[in-house]
Amino acid sequence: MPTPMVLAESVHKSFGRLEVLRGIDLEVAPSEVMCIVGPSGSGKSTFLRCINHLEKIDAGRLSVDGELVGYREHGGKIYELPDSEVCRKRAEIGMVFQRFNLFPHMTSIENITEAPIRVKGEPERVAVERGKALLDRVGLADKVDVYPNQLSGGQQQRVAIARALAMQPKLMLFDEPTSALDPELVGDVLDVMRGLAQDGMTMIVVTHEMGFAREVGDALVFMDGGVIVESGNPRDVLANPQHARTKSFLSKVL
Amino acid sequence: MTVTDPSATASRKPEAIKAIPLRHPWRWVAAVVVFAAAASALYTFATAPNLSWRAVGQFFFFPAILRGILITLALTVIAMAIGVSLGVLLAVMRLSVNPVVSTVSWFYIWFFRGTPVLVQIFFWYNLALILPFLRIGIPFTHIQWVGVTNQIVSPFLAATLGLGLNEAAYMSEIVRAGIISVDQGQTEAAQALGMTRTRVMRRIVLPQAMRVILPPTGNETISMLKTSSLASIATVGELFYAQGQISNANFDIVELLVVASIWYLFMTSILTFGQYYLERYFARGSARQLPVTPLQRFRRTFFGSHVTPQMVQADPLPTPPRHPF
Repeated sequence: MPTPMVLAESVHKSFGRLEVLRGIDLEVAPSEVMCIVGPSGSGKSTFLRCINHLEKIDAGRLSVDGELVGYREHGGKIYELPDSEVCRKRAEIGMVFQRFNLFPHMTSIENITEAPIRVKGEPERVAVERGKALLDRVGLADKVDVYPNQLSGGQQQRVAIARALAMQPKLMLFDEPTSALDPELVGDVLDVMRGLAQDGMTMIVVTHEMGFAREVGDALVFMDGGVIVESGNPRDVLANPQHARTKSFLSKVL
Repeated sequence: MTVTDPSATASRKPEAIKAIPLRHPWRWVAAVVVFAAAASALYTFATAPNLSWRAVGQFFFFPAILRGILITLALTVIAMAIGVSLGVLLAVMRLSVNPVVSTVSWFYIWFFRGTPVLVQIFFWYNLALILPFLRIGIPFTHIQWVGVTNQIVSPFLAATLGLGLNEAAYMSEIVRAGIISVDQGQTEAAQALGMTRTRVMRRIVLPQAMRVILPPTGNETISMLKTSSLASIATVGELFYAQGQISNANFDIVELLVVASIWYLFMTSILTFGQYYLERYFARGSARQLPVTPLQRFRRTFFGSHVTPQMVQADPLPTPPRHPF
């Protein structure tokens, strides 16, 4: 059996007194598309942010590709990783945000090539060439030198996906990527994500798009109150939820 | 159900509204009153019996005055350069996760903002009283460098240090305000790409903070141009000191104050214009509507408001500033 891309064992996280994650167990295999659904405040986004160490977990174990996130284990002890190591690991994980978070003072191509050039040290020519290919792939070949404020929300999100892909990540995290978009623009973004899944990218997608989860997802978990309430094949869970909480949530979204 | 072809409606667009603009008679009345009051005040001052305009003209381009202007400008530029660069450093330190570094910054700001700049200039000027010699060396070796304080800390350096180090405390608060005004999501997105804290700050946060930092920095520069007159207590021959030297000799006190004031006003006016257009430039890329220029504002005030919006939008689509870091 191959090493799981993400392995969470009893992950806990609190903000002050508020317990946001209360024991998450989850395994994501390479090339798997894992969808996380659930009401707001259920801890979905927090869990996603723990995976690339934007948040520190308090208890449990969380590893990506067989290595602990944010820590190093040696001789039965756990050591905190230095900033540079955390950054190196983050560079291997792409993340797409609900509010896009493109850099407004940079054009599309500059947004995309910034990290490959400055973090990975790629030659500018190579980075720009691949950046243009990525823009083409997300259907924005004509928006190379355009600033984010001149793009629609859907276009901005596709540039943001291209920016994450430019680092050639082994895992992509999507944090409600279509929630801030006009309904008309959601489809374009989901198409790009569907294409990624078909190319074998490992993806964890926090989403309210049940259609996407059913069609593209290999697995689905329903989270509520900081725990995973129900998990399984998306088609089964969505068509025939077992837990009362899942039933009531899905009856409102579907 | 009604279906309309969107392209068809465009051709049926009615004629543009040609309304008679609203008149603003009270604006004209107020303008006349204010103008009359200002003119009478100016007349009283200009025709004051003991004010010699001849002397004002005579000393306006006096060599000592012109040299004073150059020194004033030099003080302003150097002190602001120290203030801005040290201010950025202090602001970044203040926001650092390292408690030692942020505490150092806190103390610096506490000290230099808490004591009068006049005292600080005087302190540097009199440094030799407590430290006649300055030594820099490597501990436990004989390698050291010694200098006479009075030769190193010239009056000009004392004034520059006093003004610059004090300014850094204020600038750091301005820069800090700019940094925290940048959306947290920007930092997160940059970190998620694997950028280190330093790189996130330099490449992502500071360039965006510029828009917030710039207006108060222009304000500080204008303020510095005038505050530099405090250097006169350290016997630096800037504009205020120069005019004082002359009036000490010929007793044309007010005349020389008028000379200095006109020069200060002239220099701050240039800075004000510069600041205005610099801000306009940095507003590009983020603002949809650029701020109005003084001319546009004048027209709006007196000739109705319908003129301006189109004029503002008629500006060519701006190119946002390139990131300067």
